[in-house]
Amino acid sequence: MERPDAAWGALASRRYLVSAWPWRSYAYLLSSVPVGVLTIAVLLVSVVVSIVLSPIVVGVLLMASIPLYGVLIGIVERWRARLVVPAGIASPHAAIPSTYSRRQRQIFRRRERASLRALGYGLLLGVFLWPLNALIAGICGTTLLLTAGAPVIAAYDQMGMGPWVLDNPREGFIFLVAFGPVWFVVSSYVVGVLAAAESELAKALLGAREEELRRNLAELRRSRLDLVDAFETERARIERHLHDGVQQRLVGLTMTLGLAELDLPEGEGRRLVVKAHGEAEAALADLREAVRGIHPRVLVDHGLEAAVREVADRSPLPVTVRMSLPDRLPAPIEAAAYFVVSEALGNVAKHAAATRCEVEGWIAGDRLVVTITDNGIGGAVLGTSNATGSTSDAGPGGGTLQAGGAGSTGSTGSAGGTGLAGLVTRLDALGGTLELTSPPGGPTRLRMECPCRLDD
Amino acid sequence: MPARRLSIVLAEDSLLLREGLASILDRAGHEVRDAVGDGDTLLAVVRKQPPDVVITDVRMPPGHSDEGLRAAAAIRADFPGIGILVLSQYVADAYLSSLLETTTGGIGYLLKDRVGHVREFLASLDRVAEGGTVVDPEVVRQLLARRRDDGPLAALTPRELEVLALMAEGRVNASIAEQLVVSEAAVRKHVGNIFAKLHLDDGLDRRVSAVLTYLRG
Repeated sequence: MERPDAAWGALASRRYLVSAWPWRSYAYLLSSVPVGVLTIAVLLVSVVVSIVLSPIVVGVLLMASIPLYGVLIGIVERWRARLVVPAGIASPHAAIPSTYSRRQRQIFRRRERASLRALGYGLLLGVFLWPLNALIAGICGTTLLLTAGAPVIAAYDQMGMGPWVLDNPREGFIFLVAFGPVWFVVSSYVVGVLAAAESELAKALLGAREEELRRNLAELRRSRLDLVDAFETERARIERHLHDGVQQRLVGLTMTLGLAELDLPEGEGRRLVVKAHGEAEAALADLREAVRGIHPRVLVDHGLEAAVREVADRSPLPVTVRMSLPDRLPAPIEAAAYFVVSEALGNVAKHAAATRCEVEGWIAGDRLVVTITDNGIGGAVLGTSNATGSTSDAGPGGGTLQAGGAGSTGSTGSAGGTGLAGLVTRLDALGGTLELTSPPGGPTRLRMECPCRLDD
Repeated sequence: MPARRLSIVLAEDSLLLREGLASILDRAGHEVRDAVGDGDTLLAVVRKQPPDVVITDVRMPPGHSDEGLRAAAAIRADFPGIGILVLSQYVADAYLSSLLETTTGGIGYLLKDRVGHVREFLASLDRVAEGGTVVDPEVVRQLLARRRDDGPLAALTPRELEVLALMAEGRVNASIAEQLVVSEAAVRKHVGNIFAKLHLDDGLDRRVSAVLTYLRG
């Protein structure tokens, strides 16, 4: 059955009577009896106990935790419903953030409407459904059993079935042949319809509603954005720390060494101080380079275009930059675009054997588009680094040939470590894409697209 | 000893660097009139009694972004005669344009590391005080890397561009000659050609104008 409402589909099928469905329906209806009894008993006891204890705190706490029973009822009933809904019913509960404490988790679940709906279903089950099921499935099942057993029972005892009185096995057999098939057909459909109807009820009350699915999706997207944002914040914090701490101290050191050079007479001591000064300056330059890779200052202060121009200026090959961005964009988007350009230009310089490169950026509708084009040898792939390193992170113009990869970039990672593959993940979280066209022989073109806003 | 004893106001939020700078300036015979830690205080101090030169950091409290540059622009607007030397942990030509927007010289933009080369640093300071322009070699390198296909600089030969770049760093002819391993006369010839090709007015300080043309490219 490919139809989602499996029970109804089975009922409509011609082979319903010879399938397992009538028996599944019996199992579903009859198993509701113990579950229903237990549910109503536990709920009643909890309510009574919490009312009795309400003068003290425990009672209030118990009362407040009653919606949590809904969660339990939902779990049991969704599991039981698999008897007639083979595909199962998806849980309506949202994922709880893993950082939550036990108490926060409980509060989170208690506030969910799905928990209350399941509790309502539990009440319905405990008060109304299980007696109904016991009655209908009980009458149907018992009558069926008695009819089937009529020849045997009548052999021992007089047996009254409706208007007839069966005295011996022969009469019992006639009764079985005459009424057995008819009753089997009637009872199977009655039980089947009831089970199907109840499974619909379970789906409606215990399953996820569309708005809940949408909300879960929105929450998921938001949490991914939060993650990207958190990384951005963390990068900014590291940059500030390096700037205000280590860099200042190194600059202080160069000043002191500079003064010492003035005072010292010509000789070995002075030579060493000059050397130390040079080393301190080299350390500063290295540090500056590292900071640039973490969180470029010019990006924060002057935006994407200025930062891209700066990275283009540092590239060993001529890079033309054409960007027309009217406004500043949200920081995570600017950062993603900047690192795409930076990574791509690095790859072009390393692998593409290109003589020139072009970076363009513009806004198309509500999306930021950035392209990096080079006139290199082409054949680049947007691979994730794998163990053999045969198709490593060659960006645009990467000389990596897809087959074999002999003489390729090997396992030499790019500056960003995970390179463009990591940036794809980052863009993905922002709702953006990265696309590479690189026919053998070139030209190679990397195109990045990303929504200009974070909330959509 | 300096050509002239300068009265200097220093703005730098790191105590370590503020004291380091102050001691270097002090030893060189300049007067560090005030040493402050943020842009607003800098403006207040300068307004009360204008110094000869202001030395300021770019990034200062409260925002830790470009408070120093904004204070510099405000000072330049109110007191065009005060030389301004901007020091930064990190230099990029993007910051230069905001510095040069309102200025006609008397401006410097240097990496903080350069302070350690005490003699060169003091020479740069004097140049700024005299109304010259000094730009960090790192920025000049970035500007050189930027390809310009049009504009006034297109007419210059590569050698002339090289000379102009060194002028932008604040070097005098003798120093340029030493750097390029040519005679001072050759440098003078190049400088003359640059002035001619850029159609610089005789009345202005042509050296400054040439450098500004270069930097604004």
